[in-house]
Amino acid sequence: MNPHDHFPEGSDFHASLRTRYRTAAIWQFLFLSALLTAILALTALLYNVVDGAFGYIAYEYKDNPAEFTSTPVDELTKEELLIILKTNLSSGAYNKLDNEQPMEKRSQADLMNLFLERLVRIDTKGTWSLTESMLRGAEIRAEAAEKYPNAILEFRSWLTPQFLVAPMSSRAEFAGVRTAVLGSLWLVGIAIFFALPIGTGAAIYLQEYAPKNWLTSLIQTNINNLAGVPSIVYGMLGLAVFVRTLEPLTSGAMFGVTDSNGRTILSAGLTMGILVLPLIIINAQEAIKAVPDSLRLAAFGVGATRWQTVWHHVLPNALPGILTGSILAISRALGETAPLIVVGASTFISLDPEGPFSKFTALPIQIYQWTTRAQSEFHAIAAAAIIVLLILLLTLNASAILLRNRHQVRR
Amino acid sequence: MTNSQTPSYSIESNNLSIHYGNFTAVKGVNMKIEKQKITAIIGPSGCGKSTLLRAFNRMNDFVPNCRITGDLLLHGENLYGKNIDPVEVRRKIGMVFQKPNPFPKSIYENIAWGARINGFKGDMDELVEQSLRGAALWDEVKDKLHQSAYALSGGQQQRLCIARAIAIQPEIILMDEPASALDPISTLRIEELMQELKRNYTIIIVTHNMQQAARASDYTAMMMIDDARAGGVIEFDETKTIFTRPKDRRTEDYVTGRFG
Repeated sequence: MNPHDHFPEGSDFHASLRTRYRTAAIWQFLFLSALLTAILALTALLYNVVDGAFGYIAYEYKDNPAEFTSTPVDELTKEELLIILKTNLSSGAYNKLDNEQPMEKRSQADLMNLFLERLVRIDTKGTWSLTESMLRGAEIRAEAAEKYPNAILEFRSWLTPQFLVAPMSSRAEFAGVRTAVLGSLWLVGIAIFFALPIGTGAAIYLQEYAPKNWLTSLIQTNINNLAGVPSIVYGMLGLAVFVRTLEPLTSGAMFGVTDSNGRTILSAGLTMGILVLPLIIINAQEAIKAVPDSLRLAAFGVGATRWQTVWHHVLPNALPGILTGSILAISRALGETAPLIVVGASTFISLDPEGPFSKFTALPIQIYQWTTRAQSEFHAIAAAAIIVLLILLLTLNASAILLRNRHQVRR
Repeated sequence: MTNSQTPSYSIESNNLSIHYGNFTAVKGVNMKIEKQKITAIIGPSGCGKSTLLRAFNRMNDFVPNCRITGDLLLHGENLYGKNIDPVEVRRKIGMVFQKPNPFPKSIYENIAWGARINGFKGDMDELVEQSLRGAALWDEVKDKLHQSAYALSGGQQQRLCIARAIAIQPEIILMDEPASALDPISTLRIEELMQELKRNYTIIIVTHNMQQAARASDYTAMMMIDDARAGGVIEFDETKTIFTRPKDRRTEDYVTGRFG
């Protein structure tokens, strides 16, 4: 056989080349469509969130502000508001508020909210999404004027500085995410406090000390699988172990805390810690693996023990990688909802968490609660809370990427 | 050959074999390495030169499944004896690797670290200067001791690694193709340095470069693999003899460039 005779030549060759290019073009188009679909999905997600967080709101005052003061609402000072609240609230309600946070120390915006929430009592008649508000502004104004003649129509951003610092409230207009954000920070803090040292330690042992045999590869396989276990399973574990079995510890009873059960920040934080533990171990192992062997041999070559090599050379060089992995683990924990529901996050809580034995709520829980409410204004603040959560997550991921890049440049 | 008790011998192997699991990589090596001389190990790729060299300071301990049989004696004491700590062996027998591998720390710290972990209590500045002078690097780096070692050229990094090795005052320095990643001028400086170092240290060097072995070494061990793919020393003699009147036909073919 002469191989030359079996290759297409001339026009045959060009015909086959055209077929090849056509196939290539089809595949290229398919890949592009896949990319566009992904972009479309993400854009739809962002649009949906932003669409809900801004828009027109029509509201009425149940009681006319003029009944309380002659000053126009917009011009009320802190002192005037204090007097109004003191004279018009029942003394029981006033003292309760004062106990939560002394009235004199509250900001003007805070007092204004109390005034509007407790005395004037805003009543939301309707809300509109951003798209509706932009495209059908005139129609909305006409509709509102007809349906709610006494209502004030306003374009409102539900995401305001006030929204970030206000505690939970039963009225969407005054509710904020402070308790939820603080709860989330506590959770993540406790999770990392426990998971980072344990995870790094386990990774060091597996990479540097453990012999390579069937037992270690079994353990390794299990760690990899644990990283993929549905989070609700961790929730069940947390409920059984931290909330129930270890209740004396997690409720703080052993430390003299009396008014609490096992459904505390500590239980939830430990559950989150176990949830992210496999992630931290795997990431730390990768970071340790990335430390070149030549460095270990150099250290052993000058008479270092295993421990000296690990402590002085392997760990410092793996640290940026370990921290990057931990930040990614934090963002995972920040977005988890299911295990918190099982472990017992509070659905309504207006007090800031004070310590590991407090009741708690978290951002995703809060969002979930608000989206299940019937009133449309709660959907709007849920959208605003989602934006807060997304910004938190993006910030964390960006800092992880920055950390990694800076380390790569330095190498 | 003289008796093994003769003090001019530093390290001595008796029927030393190195196995990876069931595979024998190096078989039956009998060598007596002279004190304060340079011994070169040459041979084609894959004949176990580096494996043998790493056996001398127990670096093979880090290779899973690696097993040693036979004896390796330092002043008559078996380095693979039950009561011998490998850390102590590496303290006495230093090593310079194929690719320069300074620590990602300052030049000063590269030298000082090994001394510190081994409990050095003297004047560290003096030790650093002495070691850098010993490695013919002092004049080039004396003004930038606290800069990163990674800022040095490849040849300078390799001399820093030599300085790091001599800082802990070993008896023997193992060099695993120390110049293979360097340009000819840096290579020459390393070879000159070796001649300086042999006044105080015994040097064993693995090299691919036959000219280097011929130029720089006093003794040469020729390694070759047998039919079972196990490496072994087929001839060990003064370098002069190996390169001019080798006894083994295969050595002659190899050193004259007929194969390999």
